[in-house]
Amino acid sequence: MTTETVRSQATHETLWDLSVPGRSGIRLPESDVPEQALPDASLLRDELPLPELSELAVVRHFTQLSQKNFSVDTNFYPLGSCTMKYNPKINDVIASTPGFSAIHPLQPEETVQGALELMYNLQGILQEITGMPASTLAPLAGAHGELSGVLMIRAYHERNGDSKRKIMLIPDSAHGTNPSSASMAGFDVITVPSDEQGNMDLEALAAVADDKLAGLMITLPSTLGLFDPGIAEICDIVHKAGGLVYGDGANMNAIMGRVKLNELGFDVVHLNLHKTTSTPHGGGGPGAGPICVGEKLVQYMPSPVVERQGATGQEIYKLVTPPDTIGALSAGHGNFGVLVRSYAYLRALGADGIRQASGDAVLNANYLMQRLKHVYYLPYDRTCMHEVVFSGKWQRAEGVKALDVSKRLIDYGVHPPTMYFPLIVEEALMIEPTETESKETMDSFVDVMIAIADESTKSPEVLVAAPHNTPVGRLDEARASRQPDVRYRA
Amino acid sequence: MTDVFPHSYFPHTDSQRSEMLAVIGVNDVDDLFADIPQQFRNPDLDLPPALTELELGRELSGLSKKNAAPGDYACFLGAGVYRHFIPSVVSAMISRGEFLTSYTPYQPEVSQGTLQATYEFQSLICELTGMEAANAGMYDGASAMAEAALMACRVTDRGSVLVLDTVNPRYRAVLNTYLLPQGINITTVAANDVAVDDSIACVLAQYPNFYGGIEALGTLADAAHANGALLAVSANPVALGMFKAPGDYGADIVTGETQPVGVSMSFGGPFVGYFTAKTEYIRQMPGRIVGRTVDHEDRIGYVLTLQTREQHIRRERATSNICTSEALIATGTAVCLAALGPGGLKQMASLSYQKAHYAAGAINALPGYEVSGDGPWFHEFVVTCPQSPRDITKKLLEQGIIGGLDISDSVPNGMLFCATEMNTKTEIDSLVDALGKIAKVA
Amino acid sequence: MSEHPSDLQYTKEHEWVRVEGDGTATIGITHFAQDQLGDVVYLVLPKVGSSIAKDSKMGEVESVKSISDLFVPLSGEVLEINKDAIDHPERINEDPHGTGWMIKVKLSDEAEVQQLLSAEDYDKTLAS
Repeated sequence: MTTETVRSQATHETLWDLSVPGRSGIRLPESDVPEQALPDASLLRDELPLPELSELAVVRHFTQLSQKNFSVDTNFYPLGSCTMKYNPKINDVIASTPGFSAIHPLQPEETVQGALELMYNLQGILQEITGMPASTLAPLAGAHGELSGVLMIRAYHERNGDSKRKIMLIPDSAHGTNPSSASMAGFDVITVPSDEQGNMDLEALAAVADDKLAGLMITLPSTLGLFDPGIAEICDIVHKAGGLVYGDGANMNAIMGRVKLNELGFDVVHLNLHKTTSTPHGGGGPGAGPICVGEKLVQYMPSPVVERQGATGQEIYKLVTPPDTIGALSAGHGNFGVLVRSYAYLRALGADGIRQASGDAVLNANYLMQRLKHVYYLPYDRTCMHEVVFSGKWQRAEGVKALDVSKRLIDYGVHPPTMYFPLIVEEALMIEPTETESKETMDSFVDVMIAIADESTKSPEVLVAAPHNTPVGRLDEARASRQPDVRYRA
Repeated sequence: MTDVFPHSYFPHTDSQRSEMLAVIGVNDVDDLFADIPQQFRNPDLDLPPALTELELGRELSGLSKKNAAPGDYACFLGAGVYRHFIPSVVSAMISRGEFLTSYTPYQPEVSQGTLQATYEFQSLICELTGMEAANAGMYDGASAMAEAALMACRVTDRGSVLVLDTVNPRYRAVLNTYLLPQGINITTVAANDVAVDDSIACVLAQYPNFYGGIEALGTLADAAHANGALLAVSANPVALGMFKAPGDYGADIVTGETQPVGVSMSFGGPFVGYFTAKTEYIRQMPGRIVGRTVDHEDRIGYVLTLQTREQHIRRERATSNICTSEALIATGTAVCLAALGPGGLKQMASLSYQKAHYAAGAINALPGYEVSGDGPWFHEFVVTCPQSPRDITKKLLEQGIIGGLDISDSVPNGMLFCATEMNTKTEIDSLVDALGKIAKVA
Repeated sequence: MSEHPSDLQYTKEHEWVRVEGDGTATIGITHFAQDQLGDVVYLVLPKVGSSIAKDSKMGEVESVKSISDLFVPLSGEVLEINKDAIDHPERINEDPHGTGWMIKVKLSDEAEVQQLLSAEDYDKTLAS
């Protein structure tokens, strides 16, 4: 493994560097209608300062840019809580069929029955997986689903005359979107601690479960990758205090087909289709965050919900607004292009495939846990679910941070795991292999992690200066924040 | 050992699974789920049997054929989502696995592709809108407008907003969803009735508005600024290929639905909402922002910046809860704008304007139909029809035409028609012909 | 050898205070605080002329990876803010007790000074 720094010629030209005035972009046909009078010149813009490139220049530019990315298609990407599984190509092909990609959301419903049927069927599958009786595909990402879930809990309490319920409980291991969503819905947040096994501290929970409690937001398995065996009791404590339970389904890949969240006591759950159901991450979206809800909250769901009406053999599908809806979350019906991919994936797996996926995901994470637990400190030495959280604290003692381990992994062609999250583990490294990775890939990864641990004692300076083999080295983030340069200026 | 479901997505062989189980020290994968209380473990899943890729293609093709696709049908429907020409380079670029299957660029050294493409998106959007700073994109135009209102409230420390009644009703619905839970008051007003006092954080307008008309942004900016409020505009990016930029009128925040530039209509999503503001407000902006910087050897590179605004750091005090947004769609928009260039975008705007005005003139000349509204407009227009829009829609469909939106809830017998460069003169003449025949038969 | 000068006084919120003797005080954040924050990128300070009350929030210190509230150690009127530190937030890291000073206050209640910690006592709170 070379420790020499090798950087390829960094192509950092922007579109403006490549632009030449007068160059022609893509043209459209001339107008075929008689010339129409223009509005007053004062309303029209004088110049349109966009860059001018030939078509080849555009293709070469963006192709070269893409080649600077790591991706699931090119690299092992064990980002904890992101579920970077293989994104099947057939799903992309299906989603780009004109019958799906060219239709307008406001077309008369009788002209889009295929789309509505797909959405209705997807609702059904997600309901079956979670065990919940109802769902909507409207939210456009996990955080969007969280927002609608907490808004529904708020609406429920207000309907019951319980408007003094202002508190949302959130575990100390929670993802930042949880308190943020609660805050956007007008709630105050109280944090509930985890115990030394990584489970929720039930006594601490009971102490804050009073008549000001609106609900609890909990991730299962937790962001530590652990299934809290006390989950039914947790839901019970919250319900007895008059609150509702929101399930953050980001880690659903571990438990789909293994347990039904409805039976555990959840009142509303969101799913991340761009995690659990293989839709591509796209460098930061699009995603989809549908919510599945229990009986108490059905009437409050955001719109729209797809319903099937009519006699057998004469069914029609309709977009329906729930009677006490919290409202619309966007101008559309959900990220339909993502929903198509998700539906195709779930139909490809069926019940057996869904169970196989969660089984292999958990198998893989436990395999990595066992093989690395003497190399990196394992704060919770118990069976994990689909991800395992290590701590870089042994390496820290040598002056090497989790950040340095992560950056060095890049030199070995592996995308770093999730770092410094959850907040309750120092020097956290959260590793989620997913079920689509082979034993060979994982064994290579173990070898690399062992090599890096070794380097941390013998040549820590190599890690601290990593990565060495990327187009750019570690970037000056302080400068980027002190002197924000967020758009090109000549 | 538990039954195995063989599939190309799952690489393990039986012997590999056995090896791994031995390393872990359990007999069966099921043993790894022991933390799930027995009574809840391994429920039945009642789902249709799995489909191979061949069957999957067939099954979903059947569903897609039950939809009437613009292209097979002539389309005159707009209302916030538009059928425009999408150059083939867009899908060629964004279907590349390196863009498509990468994650949010938190590790900049291995994400320079996504980061630079996003920086270029931000830059292009700033040039279009005449604004100083842009973020990496929001979910869509409606939620972007809602977040603009929330930001205006933070910046001005005020608790009320005014929204023009010509803003898309679906956008106004989303405003309610986002603003009311935070105790923010929303008042809907007519453009000539904008009264700004010091409780008003911003005036929200759409450009062109929902009915196609060009709002007098300069007047609105003056009204807002006179009493310390902000002007927040939601602008169609194709219209900005022709009409003066909102930033040039003094808008403080400009957002919009980017879908018209390079994004398939896709039954309403995924799209991307762009979000821009004045530099002085940048720390109050929601969403990711890509910044340009250097590494320790002065090489130019790109990073996510000002991250302390965001939920993963600021948590309950974040400017927004947004995490995953629409990065790939934004990259596609950047490709589209780069490919069209100023010439192509100007053409797109001009053709849309010309064809819509031609259509409006011809429809207005039909007995029984009246095109309403005076004042300048872009590519959408309201028609008051001689029959219910519901009936007209049905009859147009029979002719292979998707007509304008039924807006009879706000305009009696009203339909909102749109034309773009995608509508040929032949199509428009057929529409006019069909409408004429419908009126005669009544 | 302490990083925290003995001629300054301190608070539990990691601010230092230099009581000037003419009824004013100079305030900043400690070496420990800037070390925890990392590279400081932005400051939000109270307006000159404004009144600030002990223990209330008076501003923010932003670094690349975090943001911390600034709390008022002593009540009074803000006389001056350090414009150089606003334009060059790296001063906070380079010289937190010197050129990284943040505000100068005209004290309204000198009795509050009794509640400040000595350098030794502040270092003790860090050790625990």
